[in-house]
Amino acid sequence: MPEPLDTQRLTWMLTQMLRIREFEERVKRTFEEHPGVIRGHTHLADGAEASIVGALAALRPDDHVLTTYRCHGYPLALGTDPNAMMAEIYGRSDGLCGGYGGSMHLTDTARGFLGTSGIVGQGIPHAVGAAYAAQISGRGQVVLSFFGDGASKQGAFHESLNIASLWKLPVVFVMENNNYNVVTRTEQEDANAAAGEPLAVKATAYSMPGTTVDGGDPVAVYETVGAAVDRARSGEGPTLVESLVYRLSAHGNIIAPPGIPLHFPEHEAITVFGNAEEYEAAKRGDPVPRFRGRLVSDGTISAEEADAIAEQVQAEMQGAVDFGLKSPFPAPEAAVNFVYA
Amino acid sequence: MAHELPYIAAIEEAIREEMERDPTVLYFGQNIATHENDPFLKQFGADRVRVTPISETAEIGMAVGAAFAGYRPVVELYMAEFMLVAMDQVVNEAPRFHYMSGGQVKVPIVLKAGYGFTAGWAGQHTGSIYGMFMGVPGLKVAVPSTADDAKGLMTAAIRDDNPVVYFHHYLLTLEHGDVTDGEHVVPLGQAAVRREGGDVTIVAIGWLVGKALAAAEELAAAGIEAEVIDPRTLAPLDTETILRSVEKTGRLVVVDQSTRHGSAAAVIAAEVASEGFGSLKAPVKLVTALDATIPYSEPMEGYLLPDETKIAAAVREAVAEAVSA
Repeated sequence: MPEPLDTQRLTWMLTQMLRIREFEERVKRTFEEHPGVIRGHTHLADGAEASIVGALAALRPDDHVLTTYRCHGYPLALGTDPNAMMAEIYGRSDGLCGGYGGSMHLTDTARGFLGTSGIVGQGIPHAVGAAYAAQISGRGQVVLSFFGDGASKQGAFHESLNIASLWKLPVVFVMENNNYNVVTRTEQEDANAAAGEPLAVKATAYSMPGTTVDGGDPVAVYETVGAAVDRARSGEGPTLVESLVYRLSAHGNIIAPPGIPLHFPEHEAITVFGNAEEYEAAKRGDPVPRFRGRLVSDGTISAEEADAIAEQVQAEMQGAVDFGLKSPFPAPEAAVNFVYA
Repeated sequence: MAHELPYIAAIEEAIREEMERDPTVLYFGQNIATHENDPFLKQFGADRVRVTPISETAEIGMAVGAAFAGYRPVVELYMAEFMLVAMDQVVNEAPRFHYMSGGQVKVPIVLKAGYGFTAGWAGQHTGSIYGMFMGVPGLKVAVPSTADDAKGLMTAAIRDDNPVVYFHHYLLTLEHGDVTDGEHVVPLGQAAVRREGGDVTIVAIGWLVGKALAAAEELAAAGIEAEVIDPRTLAPLDTETILRSVEKTGRLVVVDQSTRHGSAAAVIAAEVASEGFGSLKAPVKLVTALDATIPYSEPMEGYLLPDETKIAAAVREAVAEAVSA
């Protein structure tokens, strides 16, 4: 079993959840407050904060994390500078990746955040390769591979789980099931979901444990992923954890040709399926206030302490926006750097 | 000094020597090291040498991930076409991350892929598909034509910090050649002038380098001196050596086993037309496979492919057109 969470760790978890939420709110607000500053396609982690923080709380500093293009949350919890992240999302020279990657490709190797593929499912084998490296380097490292429910329809997912189990690699597959592949509901594309089964049953086909956890509860995620991390670290092989989350924003900002201002539409439950109640119910269960309320009501922290953290976080993320806006653009001719290493 | 080896053994010698030199070099893929007596497995152990399931996306994707974590994998893919199953990993993953991360990560992987098995393997195992990879920024493409280069380019590919698709020609597998003794590195991006001549430049790729040299001998008997250039890598492409030769000869014939459109030959012809037009005394000739799937039956297979006769005929045309111009 993973170590019990003391007050300091629980407070850290709430702080990280608040930081992720605030960062994503600032990204979203940038579309309104500073139109044109964010280009292309941006995907937010709001709603998944508990899942992200609970999972990452189970790691050691030398472990590795590989994720998808919905990648703002993880590095924040791993300690990446939000100023550099926002500058990257704004395409600036002080960006985490110098403006080469943008919102979908945040990378921070110094914190074990090795790579974010923008193509659904294709980062999973990268995580398995990093786990192979961890296995043979013998330092006891574990790799967390984050992806969505949609990715489990990709061949890359199935090939990766097979080989990871076959080789008993130290990797934990964390499937954030938000029930939507863009505008397609899971039961429309997944045989397990259509049959009323959890997606975690896919693990059975690859002879590894599969567990479903409430991704809105960071402690439950920590315990579940933590047990899987312990198992991986002890050489027993991979686990598939299905973490049930609800994305509180649309899949991404609208995809529109130049001339139409980019913005976030409402969630697909409303825009496509006309099911406002589903979305409202998810909002009522929002993991961030839910966890705050829990820590305050069980006396872990006081309401004043929680408010103070929230205020600090707001100032921090306002600072990230200010930093990003002030950072200069890269020199155009820098575009031909880094083609070859 | 040199030692004689078949082309395929030269490749294996490079992999073995690099694995001896650098403990981060890994070798995995399909249908290798399945038996305990496998020489690579015996020498380097199961941590570094592994058979994988038949899962190209996972194999290549894992190489990318292991490279992120500091290793230098060589992936045995057997046939180049098998990469097409995992095109995303080859084209849109491996070569993108160094750039997208602003230089934070490197992806030093080698994808070892046999190609051009035009010996009755019909439509799906015979392609010369390097052309579709040479335009991918960040990817390097090697096409060794001799045993010596097979070793030197593999050594360079393993040491290179970028993803390299290493295309070895199946019809050259057992061709013997002198291989340079000791450490032998052929830099990626340096063409070789295989034969000097002042009348016409022939750029030939892979298996067809030998055919071009044979055609050049035949032409020499008729008084036409061809310079034969082997690019050795298509990315980076040594256009400088090609342009310098065309400046001297004024005529260019490009020989490529690929089908014409999207071939390396088309790119080389375009580079010379763009950057060396003033040197040309005659239109550039392309000797490529005809634009069709490779058929099974031998006479039809031969009909589609470049050979010495077609190369020599194209050279004669180029020279004749130059005379009439």
